[in-house]
Amino acid sequence: MSEPAPAAPSVTEALQPGAEVLLRALKDQGVDVIFGYPGGAVLPIYDAIFRQNAIRHILVRHEQAAVHAAEGYARSTGRVGVVLVTSGPGATNAVTGLVDALMDSIPIVCLTGQVPTHLIGNDAFQEADTTGITRPATKHNYLVKRPQDVARTVHEAFYVARSGRPGPVLIDLPKDILIGPAPYAPPAETPHRSYRPQREPDPAAIARAVALLKSARRPIVYAGGGVINAGPEAGAALAEFVRRAGIPITNTLMGLGSFPASDPLFLGMLGMHGTVEANLAMHGCDVMLAVGARFDDRVTGRLDAFSPGSHKIHIDIDPSSINKNVPVELAIVADAGQALAALNAAWRADATKQDRAALAAWWERIEAWRATKCLAYSQARGAGALIKPQYAIERLRDLSAASGRECFFTTEVGQHQMWAAQFLHFDRPNHWMTSGGLGTMGYGLPAAMGVQIAHPDALVIDVAGEASILMNIQELGTLAQYHLPVKVFILNNEYMGMVRQWQELLHGGRYAESYSAALPDFTKLAESFHGTGMRVTDVERLDEAIGAMIASDKPFILDVAVDPAENCFPMIPSGAAHNQMILGPGRQEAAPGVSDEGLALV
Amino acid sequence: MPATPDSAQRSATISVLVENEAGVLARVVGLFSGRGYNIESLTVAAVEDGRNRSRINIVTSGTAMVIEQIKAQLDRLVPVHRVADLTQQGPHLAREMALIKVVGRGNDRAEALRLADAFRARVVDATVESFVFEMTGSSDKLDAFVELMRPLGLAEISRTGVAALARGTRTI
Repeated sequence: MSEPAPAAPSVTEALQPGAEVLLRALKDQGVDVIFGYPGGAVLPIYDAIFRQNAIRHILVRHEQAAVHAAEGYARSTGRVGVVLVTSGPGATNAVTGLVDALMDSIPIVCLTGQVPTHLIGNDAFQEADTTGITRPATKHNYLVKRPQDVARTVHEAFYVARSGRPGPVLIDLPKDILIGPAPYAPPAETPHRSYRPQREPDPAAIARAVALLKSARRPIVYAGGGVINAGPEAGAALAEFVRRAGIPITNTLMGLGSFPASDPLFLGMLGMHGTVEANLAMHGCDVMLAVGARFDDRVTGRLDAFSPGSHKIHIDIDPSSINKNVPVELAIVADAGQALAALNAAWRADATKQDRAALAAWWERIEAWRATKCLAYSQARGAGALIKPQYAIERLRDLSAASGRECFFTTEVGQHQMWAAQFLHFDRPNHWMTSGGLGTMGYGLPAAMGVQIAHPDALVIDVAGEASILMNIQELGTLAQYHLPVKVFILNNEYMGMVRQWQELLHGGRYAESYSAALPDFTKLAESFHGTGMRVTDVERLDEAIGAMIASDKPFILDVAVDPAENCFPMIPSGAAHNQMILGPGRQEAAPGVSDEGLALV
Repeated sequence: MPATPDSAQRSATISVLVENEAGVLARVVGLFSGRGYNIESLTVAAVEDGRNRSRINIVTSGTAMVIEQIKAQLDRLVPVHRVADLTQQGPHLAREMALIKVVGRGNDRAEALRLADAFRARVVDATVESFVFEMTGSSDKLDAFVELMRPLGLAEISRTGVAALARGTRTI
């Protein structure tokens, strides 16, 4: 290849091929790693990657995994994850990952190749209407049709991906644009012409929030992933507020880690598989402070019975999240960190006293709910005793903590995910990666890969089920290629466990298609991909197996045979209210019936 | 305590000022279909030559909560500059234009012409057995005229959809 042509006399800087300009813009955005898969339309970008060392490329085995890996990278670092895939099938394979990132508000920039501009619309080889397909799958997308737009579009895409409520942004790059000469432009210094999310809270609304919260007799804080997206300062401000006010706090699935699970003020996760104390406190509170949470149906249960009679305050950076499902009395559109800092300042400046007696009575009720020990299970001992999945997670939690290493956990989707959420206990943000909104089976392994790339020395564990793990199992190849010692902890109950649980509870025990037949030998599977595998069936050998997994410096699959009949409790059936939870067998006389409407919910 | 969301449906005329870029109309329309909102009328055209902006006018309906949701969803689209709920903001003008073809002879034809005159519809094309009327006004007025033409040989209608502005000095 010859060097790029010298600058034309009229421009101050040399024109370079579009692909070189693209890489330069990525470098200026601080990108150090790209997850991708090559193909015809993106060959010029791969050629540019080949001739530089600043940006590392991680070759995945499927484009969906590239996006999940970028999500894992983004969620564990707070930075924007970057994906590079080719046109047509490369782009369509990435769609699930993009929707996953959209639902969970994860900042991603996805670069897709496209056929040359003159072939667009001609049904060319590997052509797809990528911007059309991904319009509802992304926060925003672009088709670059002019060389002078390459650099500007990349900078704008990063701004859009990380600003306001974060999300995935896609840039479709026709091959002729990547080859032809293009000028470089640095990031714009002027504000974006139309997208300028509000970050500062309205002081009057903050003052009203303080008044409401100080007058509360039964307050609760309900914090979600928005607190984590707002950065570590937001979590610190949240902890400061909750501890000063002495009020209970619950987290959504996405919010776990935004407040330390080990703090006695923490009631655990709420929602469909949340704790009794969290759900009943939400149901019975008189003032609710929702921060960076979106009143998702998995959280609210039956909407008309959701926390009846409470005054609701909602802090969110996305105005469309406010009053979407649940009408709130006080809306504060702002960055969660800035709003919580303002709340702390206003709280300190305000002389009004809290009703401490009422608060003490509220805590007494909460402690009574806590005393039900809703997550209790019984683990039989001795040789031949089946391993309870909850016990396996608890041992994983304790032994990984005892290793003294920084631990990150990802999950697939299903029962194991809920047990992980209930039992892993996170004291810090950004250490828990799970597919919350979209519920994507196959998320955990590639996400763990992205986490391990960002944190090479950390212990990264994908808590998986035997069904989910097969959805992106090909990524064992990526782990081997880059020597990523990701651990896969399979709770193997030989069922799509959550499907089986619903069939048992709601469909008369007709287990249609939920049995995991013809499973592979996971030990041999790991070995064939140059890793280590182990299977454990005996509860007395579990610690030893987990110890071996943690000590291994290779990719490792630990296949844990668990009780196939175990269900995930507590459970709020679809269409039921927070005070209509089902507890485990023998723990509750009668479960509330599920309405027809509930049956239609997923 | 906020009142529980009432189930009363209201109509809303919403104007959206957008960056005039490729795909922007698809984003707006896709938002409505993807989230299950109604579009009763939609118009779009560039309105600021130099600054490359278009105005989209949408007539929709829903509960108060849904209308608020529609506005918030529109407002967070990246190329959207401004969203205005003209129905809620106060007095506004909403007009559309229609071309209406009526085919007939004899008394019906004479009656159609008389009514057109009463409604201030203009004849923009005529043959010995047809008229095309051009009429501008509120959607209600156009509906009323169309209904009157129905028994008089109404053959075809083409309507533009609503263009709308706030009354007085206020702008979007």
